[in-house]
Amino acid sequence: MPQVTLTVNGTKHTVEVEARTLLVELLREKLRLTGTHVGCDTSQCGACVVHMGGDSIKSCTILAVQCEGAEVTTIEGLAKPDGTLHPMQEAFREYHALQCGFCTPGMVMSAIDLVNKHPQGLTEQEIREGLEGNICRCTGYHNIVKAIAAAADVMHGKRSELARAAE
Amino acid sequence: MNVVVPFEGIGASVRRKEDLRFLSGRGQYTDDINRPGQTHAVILRSPHAHAEIKGIDIAAAKAMPGVLAIFTGADMAAENIGGLPCGWQIHSKDGSPMAEPPHPVLAVGKVRHVGDPVAVVIAETKQQARDAAEAIAVEYAVLPAAATMEQALAPGAPQIHEGAPGNLCYDWHIGDRAAQEAAFARAHKVITFETTNNRLVPNAMEPRSAIGEYDSTSGDYTLFTTSQNPHVIRLLMGAFVLHIPEARLRVVAPDVGGGFGSKIYHYAEEAIVTWAAGKVKRPIKWTADRTESFMSDAHGRDHITKAELAVDAQGKILGLKVHTHANMGAYLSTFAPCVPTYLYATLLAGVYTTPVIYAEVKAVFTNTVPVDAYRGAGRPEATYLLERLMDVAAKELGLDRVEFRRKNFIPPDAFPYQTPVALQYDSGNYHATLDACLEAADWKGFEARRAAAAKGKLRGIGISTYLEACGIAPSAVVGSLGARAGLYEVGTIRVHPTGSVTVLTGAHSHGQGHETTFAQLVADRLGVPVAQVDVVHGDTAKVPFGMGTYGSRSLAVGGSAMVKAMDKIIAKGKRIAAHLMEASVEDVEFDRGIFRVAGTDKSKTLADISLAAYVPHNYPIEELEPGLEETAFYDPKNFTYPGGCHVAEVEIDPETGKVEVVNFTAVDDVGRVINPMIVEGQVQGGVAQGIGQALLENAIYDQQGQLLSGSLMDYSMPRADDLPPVGVATHTTLCTHNPLGVKGCGEVGAIGSPPAVMNAVVDALRDYGVRHIEMPATPAKIWNIIHGGRRMAAE
Repeated sequence: MPQVTLTVNGTKHTVEVEARTLLVELLREKLRLTGTHVGCDTSQCGACVVHMGGDSIKSCTILAVQCEGAEVTTIEGLAKPDGTLHPMQEAFREYHALQCGFCTPGMVMSAIDLVNKHPQGLTEQEIREGLEGNICRCTGYHNIVKAIAAAADVMHGKRSELARAAE
Repeated sequence: MNVVVPFEGIGASVRRKEDLRFLSGRGQYTDDINRPGQTHAVILRSPHAHAEIKGIDIAAAKAMPGVLAIFTGADMAAENIGGLPCGWQIHSKDGSPMAEPPHPVLAVGKVRHVGDPVAVVIAETKQQARDAAEAIAVEYAVLPAAATMEQALAPGAPQIHEGAPGNLCYDWHIGDRAAQEAAFARAHKVITFETTNNRLVPNAMEPRSAIGEYDSTSGDYTLFTTSQNPHVIRLLMGAFVLHIPEARLRVVAPDVGGGFGSKIYHYAEEAIVTWAAGKVKRPIKWTADRTESFMSDAHGRDHITKAELAVDAQGKILGLKVHTHANMGAYLSTFAPCVPTYLYATLLAGVYTTPVIYAEVKAVFTNTVPVDAYRGAGRPEATYLLERLMDVAAKELGLDRVEFRRKNFIPPDAFPYQTPVALQYDSGNYHATLDACLEAADWKGFEARRAAAAKGKLRGIGISTYLEACGIAPSAVVGSLGARAGLYEVGTIRVHPTGSVTVLTGAHSHGQGHETTFAQLVADRLGVPVAQVDVVHGDTAKVPFGMGTYGSRSLAVGGSAMVKAMDKIIAKGKRIAAHLMEASVEDVEFDRGIFRVAGTDKSKTLADISLAAYVPHNYPIEELEPGLEETAFYDPKNFTYPGGCHVAEVEIDPETGKVEVVNFTAVDDVGRVINPMIVEGQVQGGVAQGIGQALLENAIYDQQGQLLSGSLMDYSMPRADDLPPVGVATHTTLCTHNPLGVKGCGEVGAIGSPPAVMNAVVDALRDYGVRHIEMPATPAKIWNIIHGGRRMAAE
């Protein structure tokens, strides 16, 4: 069986995989990082989004063996070791941007990449278009869009703290 | 001493307790669970809509690497395994019971829809199981299929079941036909209307999954499953399918990634992995692929309806006549028969004083996936019919659509209000929600916005005034209507020795935020901080009993059970407090965590009392048992009746036919609001599914019964850029018969929104002579309306 060596959330792993194993299967089944989810089989839903080399990718659409030497971050690797949440995680909670939580890890990973790639800031429409590859069935996206806008302000240093959601 | 603590009780937007684990990737969904020695199941499904199984050759597959076992319907039949039961029996007009054909767990003799399970392969890995499933040779003799209700009802149609002649499940009716005919005879005008309610696929983002496990030393079975109601699954699967006593069967529904109705039902895969685990003596996991979900999760809606509305010269509605065909799919799913009857036809009065209603419903078997309750279940179909009909009628009568509705509203002083179709509404104020919504949506300013619409865009506005019946339901009532289960709920309040609380509830949270809302109920009544209240649900080994979450019932029924249990805690606590403070029980008052002797400065905290209850050194032991834990069952007296008004504003690009919802405003009366943030989120999510139904979603079968919209690439789910921001407000009238005054908010969004959107679309196209457009209003459909006419005129 082929071997692949990759770094996930800062830890280096060498794993034996079948050639047909997908990255998401490696993460979930070999490394037991079950925060990354599988919601479809056609690269549509985005529940499996992780970061590889700083870019968001759909981990259901890449073979594990293509990830040799890669630096992968999953939802489990976002918070600081002391448990402090990433501003995007915090914003999702503050703005009630999740309900069942299943799409949430992929949504958060996509949102972080979206904000990072738009240092000049994002309009509401740009956020909505940027989420094209992530499906949420619970929230209607209303609060997800608000959360991303609020997190962006913190990530871009426009605010030192997350703006509270209106009561 | 005044300690300032944030208010966490009823009415506070407390941030959700469950979010931290979901945001950290530490949720525990069924597929995240891995049991020691776990094996994997893959289900071989029928590629045909209708076929005889002539033979199944498993020899090659069985010899493949890693394969542990392969089972077919014959193996289950040989062990006398029961079929999947239906939980509701409808009787036809003539008194005969509905046709209730067998629903084998694995197909026996025949397959009846694409996706019907034929065999299961159990192997060491999922990949090995999948490879082996592909190696099973099934010989089919393909039969003609009845993919649509028209096909199924046509003379000479293929017979799907032996016991259902003409593919008819039942021919049911409700209301007074003679009175309806008399009302129509004196009508000023009768407006006729025909419509189809499009078939939908619920598509919770978490695909269904199940792990079966068997302990040969104890004989205990455990099933982990993606369910909205684990106790119901234990009852149905244990008693009717696998014949396992409750005490030997544990069902766990851990974190569940959305349900929307589709995870209520007892599905074949649950029985397959549980039964097969007993055979292979190892845990077995099955998880659906999305395409598998499309062809095995129960679908929703799928009605064809003709309606007539009789109106007098003053614009008052005299009567309504409705004839509906409802698609059941190939088999009866758990609650399917009640959806187009007691959850649909009983709602046809809506918010109006319609004095006479007669409705006939024919339920039809087709070679498609079973159809059952999907968010709203019957009520969206009734609301869509009524609210489109109200617009069509207003236009034909030359009346303003808002004033026509207002003229026919049940007035706020008419409650309790008895409808002609069985329901008695307890409370509501439809004028108030209408007025608030028109104001919030700036209905008056619309003509100016239409005039100012972006260049060339066609702008329209639409309204829907609706109600629904939820919080299901009184057991005696649903029993008399054919339910085979009771619909109460169970709550246990366990006050621990140091005063923290564990709530055990039979309701199940799969996105609704129960861990927070229910903790708020405890904070409000017992004064225990939300952080010290733990909500346990979803495990039959932990929670005494329960009927689960659907029909917006968790708070109205489950929350009420908790209130009853808390009242028992307070009553017992008062007796302990009276003993400790040497007062009479009648003099002890309780308010948010403190027991006081009236008129004195003597007091004890709940923690003092709970410690005394568990360390009963100084305790009224002759009169009271130690401990502080109470359980209550709550069986409601009536349904609850949320209602309200939705306004949608759309813009259509005539060049592409694309409809954009530019504004959406909802003002809903969901009764008392416990957590406004969560209520808004529930309404927004419901509205998103309603806009999806109106503009995007459609499950399509071809004439041979192949599901054409069988993946997320073919079935159009609403994405972020398909939806507008959704403005949500509430206007409260209290439910009069449950202790919290709550009505329920899970389904209102999906019920009220589709007709508001479609009324707006028709309004936007008012210059094109369009009377009605069927959902979904796709760009192709709209483009043809706009350009088809013009092109024909030019030619």
